[in-house]
Parts: sequence; C-alpha cells; structure tokens
Amino acid sequence: METKYINISGLEQWFDAISASGKRIYAPVSARGQVDFMPVKHLNEVAKEYIQTTQSVKASVYPKAEVLFSYEKVHGKVNLTDFDPESVSETVLWKVHPCDAAGFKPLSAIFNWDTTDKLINAHLLKTTVVSYSCATADESCFCTSVNGSPGNVSGSDIQLTILSDGGAIAEILTAKGEALVALLPGVFEADRGDKKEKYLVDLPAKFSLEEVNAKLNKAFNSTVWKEQSERCIGCGACAFVCPTCACFDIQEDTHGSKGRRIRCWDACGFALFTMHTSGHNPREHQSQRWRQRILHKFSYMPERLSVVGCTGCGRCSRACPVDMNILEHITSIAEQ
Amino acid sequence: MEKLRGRAAALLADGSVALIIGYEEGTKRPRPLFCRNSESTKKLIFDSRCINNLAVYITKKELVGKDRIAVTASISTLRSILQLYVENQLSEEKLLVLTVDLNGELREFVTFDEISAYVAQFELKRGEREQEILSKIEGMNREERWKFWLGEMSHCFKCYACRSACPLCYCSKCVVEVNRPQWINPWPAPLANMEWHINRAMHMVGRCTACGACGDACPVGIPIDLITRKMMKDMAPEFGYIPGQPAKQGNALSSWKLDDREQFIR
Amino acid sequence: MSEKNIYLPYLMTIDKVTKEAPGVKTYRLKFQDEAEAAAFDFKAGQFGEYSAFGEGESTFCIASSPTRKGYIECTFRDTGRVTSGLASLEEGSTMGFRGPYGNVFPMDEWKGKSLVFIAGGIALPPMRCVIWNALDLRENFKDITIVYGAKSVNDLVYKSELKEWTDRPDVKMVTTVDPGGETADWKGEIGFVPAIVEKVAPSSENTIAIVCGPPIMIKYTFPVLEKLGFKDDQIYTTLENRMKCGVGKCGRCNVGKLYICKDGPVFSREELNLIPAEEY
Ligand SMILES: Cc1cc2nc3c(=O)[nH]c(=O)nc-3n(C[C@H](O)[C@H](O)[C@H](O)COP(=O)(O)OP(=O)(O)OC[C@H]3O[C@@H](n4cnc5c(N)ncnc54)[C@H](O)[C@@H]3O)c2cc1C
Ligand code: SF4
Ligand code: SF4
Ligand code: SF4
Ligand code: SF4
Ligand code: FES
Repeated sequence: METKYINISGLEQWFDAISASGKRIYAPVSARGQVDFMPVKHLNEVAKEYIQTTQSVKASVYPKAEVLFSYEKVHGKVNLTDFDPESVSETVLWKVHPCDAAGFKPLSAIFNWDTTDKLINAHLLKTTVVSYSCATADESCFCTSVNGSPGNVSGSDIQLTILSDGGAIAEILTAKGEALVALLPGVFEADRGDKKEKYLVDLPAKFSLEEVNAKLNKAFNSTVWKEQSERCIGCGACAFVCPTCACFDIQEDTHGSKGRRIRCWDACGFALFTMHTSGHNPREHQSQRWRQRILHKFSYMPERLSVVGCTGCGRCSRACPVDMNILEHITSIAEQ
Repeated sequence: MEKLRGRAAALLADGSVALIIGYEEGTKRPRPLFCRNSESTKKLIFDSRCINNLAVYITKKELVGKDRIAVTASISTLRSILQLYVENQLSEEKLLVLTVDLNGELREFVTFDEISAYVAQFELKRGEREQEILSKIEGMNREERWKFWLGEMSHCFKCYACRSACPLCYCSKCVVEVNRPQWINPWPAPLANMEWHINRAMHMVGRCTACGACGDACPVGIPIDLITRKMMKDMAPEFGYIPGQPAKQGNALSSWKLDDREQFIR
Repeated sequence: MSEKNIYLPYLMTIDKVTKEAPGVKTYRLKFQDEAEAAAFDFKAGQFGEYSAFGEGESTFCIASSPTRKGYIECTFRDTGRVTSGLASLEEGSTMGFRGPYGNVFPMDEWKGKSLVFIAGGIALPPMRCVIWNALDLRENFKDITIVYGAKSVNDLVYKSELKEWTDRPDVKMVTTVDPGGETADWKGEIGFVPAIVEKVAPSSENTIAIVCGPPIMIKYTFPVLEKLGFKDDQIYTTLENRMKCGVGKCGRCNVGKLYICKDGPVFSREELNLIPAEEY
C-alpha cells in the first residue's frame, strides 16, 4: 500500500492510458435523467455532480442475466459448452463509491460460500476497482452505521480522494492497483501529505450494528414487520439496485436442439420467490418477505458469512416507489 | 387537512371502516399510510405531492381483509377505482372513497356512480414530460421508434415495480410467471424485455387509466406509462373508449363481439 | 486446473424407467463419463438438481441407496414444466444431474438401534434410499419397521419393493391407504398414517423414527411419536423448500438462518425446534 499524488491533467492522461490499454472502463455517466455505470472512453464523459448512481456497480461482476453454460442435443446425446472465463474482458470500474466497492465482499461471500462460483470469480479476477472517496452524501446514506465510511477502502484497488486543485490523493491498495498505476507511472508524484479526512463528508453513525443485531435475534415474531411493510408493493427494485443482493433464478433459453442455461437476478420481495409447485408458499405475505430482506442482511449474513449484507449506500431507499426507507426502518428497530 | 383527519378518525372510531388508506409525509415525498386507529389519522395528509396510486392496495386481500375500508383518492386513483369496479374487483359495500376537491372541500363517495359523475368533470391531462416525449416519439418513423424503445427497454432489469405499482395488475400469477407454456422469457435482456413490455401493454389496452404509476415507479426511469398512454389514444376511436373513463365495454384484448368486422375472431 | 463450474451438470443416461403410480416415475441414471462415475459418491438423505435439457432443472432426492454402486435413481411426480419435460424422456436418453447436495441421515450414529420409517405419498423416495441403505447393512440395526401410506392403492409407489419388504422376515412392513382408497383385494391397513403409527405402536426404546411426507402428515405424526415416548432427538425428517441452486447461493430455500439445501434437507426434530416453522 502506497500513497501518491496525481494532478488533474495526470488523471486525464492516466485515464487515457487505461483506455488505450484495451481494458473496458465502466464509470458513472449521466444520461436519460439518471447516473449509472456505462462504458466510457474519456474522463470527461464521467458524471460529476451526483450523490450516487441509481444502480450499483454489481452488474459488472454479476450480470443481470448470464449464461451458465450452453448445450446442443445431437442424436440423443448432449454436448455441453462450459462458461469460458476467457470470455470475460479486463475491466476497470472507475469512480466507484466506497459503499459500492464494499459490496464486493458480501457478494463474493454469498457466491463462494463453501463452493466457489466460477462465473463471479472470473469477473472479480479481471476487475480493477478505482474508487472515489465521498465528499458529499445525502439523507439516504448511512455507510458509517454499517462498518463503512466515506473513505473506506474495502473492495478498492485504488482509492482517489479529489483535492481542491482537482488533483487527487491516490491510495494504491493492491497488486491490481499497482498494475493499473504501472500503465502510466510517470503521472504519479510523491504524496504531498494532504490529509484525506479533510476531504471526506462528515456522516455520523445513525445506529449501532451490534444493537440492531441483538434486537433482530429476538424479532422474528415481532409485529414490526407488518407495521413497516404494509405499503411495500413487493417489487424487485430494492434488491436490484443493491450492491449486495445476490439472489438469482436459473432459467432455460431453448432454441430447437440448442439451449442455454441462464442465471438471472431474482428478489426475495417477489410473491412467488418461494412458492412451491404445489401452491404452498412459506412466505405468503409481504411482511414475511420484508422480514427476510432485513434479517438476511442484518442477521443471517453476519452469522453465517461473517459479513453484513448492507453497505449503507441508500440505493434501495432512493429506488423504492413507496418510500420504504431502510435507514428509517433499521433505526426504528434499533430504538425499540 | 384537519377535516380529512377528523373525518378519518371518526370513521374508524364509530367502526364505519376498519382501515383508511391515505398518505403521510415520507422521507423524500409523501407515501402511503395505513390507519387502523384514530391516533394514526393525525399523520394523514393529502395534496398534489401525493402521487402513489392507492388503488393498488384495495385489491390486496392480505391488507384489506373482509372489512369495509376507506381510501383517500386523487383523480388518478378515482379513475383506477372505477376501472377496478368495472372489472368486478370491488364492491360498493366494502369501500368508502374520500377526496379533497379543488376548493379544498372534503368529498365522500359511497357509490361508484358518484365517483363517475365527479371524475367526468376532469379531462385527462398530459404532463409536460409525457407530452414532450410523446411528441418526440410521434415524430419518429417505425424503425426509429423501435430503436428508441429497444434502447429504453435495454435498461429494464425486470424488477416489475411497474407491475407492482399498477392498480390494474392484480393477477396473482402474472403472464411472465406462467411457464407452461413459457410465454415470455423471464430474464432481463433487450428482446426478452420487449416481450414483457409488449405483453404488458396488450393486457392494459382499454384498461389503463393513464395514472402514470408504472412510469413513476420505474427505478431506471423508463417512461413506460407512455406505451399504454399512446395505445389508449390510438385505440379510443376504434373501440369507443373515452380516455380517462372506465372501459364499460370490456377491454380490447379479451372481449369480442359476434358482429365484429374482423373475420379471424369468428 | 481451471475452476469447476458448479452449475454444469453431469451427463446421465436414463438406463431404466419404472412407472410407479399415475404421474410418478423412477429413472435409473448412469454416468456417461466413467471417470465421473468412479469419483461420484453420496450418502443417504442427499439430493440433486436434475436437468431436462430444454426445460430446466428440478430438485429431487437421490432415491437409490449409496450401497448400490454404479447408478443413482430418482422418483418424481410430473407437476410442472421441468418434471413434465423429464417425464417425456425415454430409456437411453440423456439428462443432467448435479449433486450430491445437502446433509445426510446420521446412519453411523444409528448403529445398534432400531429404526421406524414413516412415509406418506410421494415422500417415500427419500426414505427408500435410507431403507435400502439400512437393509443392505442389516446387521448394523435392530428392529426395522416401515409404515407407508398413500391416498389410494394406485398411488402407492415402489409396489414391487413394498412386496419384497413385506416378505422379508427381518422387516415389519405396514402399508395403508386413506379410507376410500382401498380396492376389493386390499390386504393392508385402511386409515391415515398417524393413526396407523399409533396402532402399530413401535417402541421408542433405543429407536430412531424417520418421518417423510406432506406437511399435514408430519404435523399429525409428531404428536403420536411423542406419545410413544420418542424424544425430539430420536425423530428425523426432511424438508423441501423451493430450490434453484442447491448450493446455498440463490437465496430462496432458507428457513430462518438455515439453508435447506446446505444445512438440510435432513433435520432432527430437535433442530426443527430452532427454526421458524412458518418458513417451511
Ligand atoms: C430437497 C428436495 C427434494 C425433493 N425430492 C423430490 C422427489 O424425490 N420427488 C419429487 O417428485 N419431488 C421432489 N421434490 C419437489 C420437486 O423439486 C418439485 O416438485 C419440482 O421441482 C417441480 O418442478 P417443475 O419444474 O416441474 O415445476 P414448475 O412449477 O415448472 O417449477 C419451476 C421451477 O421451480 C422450482 N420448484 C418448484 N417447486 C419446487 C419445490 N417444491 N421444490 C423445489 N423446487 C421447486 C423448480 O426448481 C423449477 O425449476 C423435492 C424438493 C426438494 C427441495
Ligand atoms: S440494503 Fe439498501 S442501503 Fe443497504 S447496501 Fe443494499 S441498497 Fe444499499
Ligand atoms: S435481501 Fe433478499 S434479495 Fe437481497 S440477497 Fe437477501 S434474500 Fe436475496
Ligand atoms: S421495499 Fe420498495 S423497492 Fe423493495 S419490494 Fe417493497 S416496494 Fe419494492
Ligand atoms: S419498473 Fe422499469 S425496470 Fe422495473 S420491470 Fe418495469 S420497466 Fe423494467
Ligand atoms: S437452493 Fe439456492 S440457496 Fe438453497
């Protein structure tokens, strides 16, 4: 781990060098009234004034639909074609916020629980994350309540903290980060001793995870789930924008004798998520599904995977059509 | 506001209704509120910022149960209620509808005819944003339109917030969830998304009341409400619909007449 | 070596098809790849994801015993898209299998004990695996009692094996059908499984009871066993939540903090008491 300084034109040159190296760069772009990660060639295409992208960056390592393998039936036999890790391109994720980068750890924990997931690992292996620490936040942000912070480096290979002169403190955190720097090492200067903390937004913690956890351990039969979730309409918006939600469905795409098995995003909020073919549904009511959402992130994941399933990015609160605000709801559970 | 709160509290107190679905101040904008006791009615608000279409809740059995309920309704919500009634999803005995009219007066509707008469005074208006995009789309040729929508749909991740927010999408098993046969490929991909949206539009023709709830709900900002909106406009003269009024003659997809001028239907 | 793709199924040949009951079939599957066959091993209680190429995957337990090498069997009911796709396959066709997944019946711990198997309807398959496993290692166990019931005579699965078990002197076999489900020449019991268990009244002394069946049957059988003196750690069952991945990742099978595909599907009643019954 090494800290350097890079000035504003150095940043542009370095970005161009990454672009020229043939790596794909995904960065926040403002289009259609939203800011979201898209392929980018030049630094000036990257969005500037916004708090958070609508969607998390997870789709770059966990695509919304991905082919697990394909097959062909020939004369009663079946030929399988495995997912090819070589088909994944080297990717740089640029201007990822710390709460988004922090999502890689829980995501990877879910996918690699005891058995490894070849697909996500292929993406993760070829992904380099350049995060930007946060100088601004909105009322939905609460990273500091869930082990994060505006300058948290978990999941980042390099973290940039933009300074008042437009240059940046560059924390080079991993070997992948070093390799990215090596594309144009000349633009990185010695650390000038700028204090990173000075450039971070001040975001006091809103609740204590330990307290929430202790409350949740006894909350399965609480009335709080019904009270909080009456207005929830059971869509997948909160799960799909979340950097850590990993639930998926496996589906078949058939064309004559050929086919592909596809994994696609799914969400515990959907009414039919747990429905058996017999019609029996263990989570028949929305309140049970809302409970699953909260307990999975704040109780089951910490216990089973030793990682909290929420990074405090606030995306679900911003995306929810009926203003289910996770911070408000978790805080109220902590205060009960 | 005080009148609304007072009336709501009284309705709950004397047992006229067991539940009042209204709005409360939310963290970013007003949001739905479920009042089961007079205490909670103190939180009720009702103004032009209240955009969620509350009609979406009144067909949910797990919420409303068997009791009589009340709902505070905007014009959009009133239109949806009328359409739901036409589709036999509601009964007058189980629903009391409250609204605040343009003069700020509290109005109560006991019958659907009263709602009908009230709604008839309001023309279905188009918002600026909708008008702008619609004009843009109407200026496109076929290929351009297909490209525009394919581009928009490529952002869809099938969260089905549009479906969940729509009061008229009340099917317990949606066409996308039927897998024998699998009508629609259920994963998100540009063409599979198009399949979903075309099917959705087909199911809404002549039923959609143009409340815009689907478009408002879409987290990735696809103006999908305009599809059914445009279809309504195009279909109205053909099928005799009046945009903004319930389709008493049934919806275009599932109704037919013996004297239909098309041959294939007979 | 490159990482294994856990979603890639083994290719299996359907070696034998047995029609068990209306809509219910048993397939005997053999590995197409010999190396895969040689490396494959499983234990009683485990399940897998079975593919019908063109339709998708379904979850079934492995219904054959691990003591019978060289093949696995599954018994399934045609109820949906995948199962009907599977049901339309013929002997010699190719299908897919991933597994074995899940935990196992602790048969090693049961050595020296008596076993009581109680099953209803299509839930005999998971049980059949343990039954054959126990019978193939018969000297390890004391008394073996099987109580199996179905709606009607026609719905009983594994008919030839039921006969084999009935004929064995070292097994106490009781078959029953729901009232009204009997035929003129029916010689077994008539009545619901829990009532028949009460009538048979197996001793709980040094005995393990394994119960598999529809939730309603399980619900009424547990109290009967309790009455007979079975403690919670003497009763085992399997759970069937909806599954996709089978390996703890897709997120849909959990009951509270336990994942049926990883922590289950086998649970003792003692363990069941720790998770919310509402979620299965
Ligand atoms: C551990 C376990 C063991 C099982 N063992 C057997 C068995 O030995 N024999 C048998 O007949 N059935 C068994 N089942 C139930 C069986 O998996 C379902 O009946 C079957 O998946 C229905 O699939 P379908 O695709 O035909 O139905 P569809 O309704 O078309 O289902 C579509 C998808 O939903 C999933 N699904 C639907 N219902 C269930 C369910 N109850 N459990 C799991 N996944 C479901 C399937 O994965 C399938 O991909 C078992 C289930 C579990 C969890
Ligand atoms: S649960 Fe909400 S706040 Fe937490 S990480 Fe997911 S989207 Fe962000
Ligand atoms: S919150 Fe729900 S959708 Fe998200 S990972 Fe957990 S179970 Fe899956
Ligand atoms: S919390 Fe909001 S975004 Fe999530 S399922 Fe409910 S309505 Fe949809
Ligand atoms: S709400 Fe938007 S993203 Fe979600 S399914 Fe509808 S169109 Fe697609
Ligand atoms: S079946 Fe996927 S998590 Fe259990």
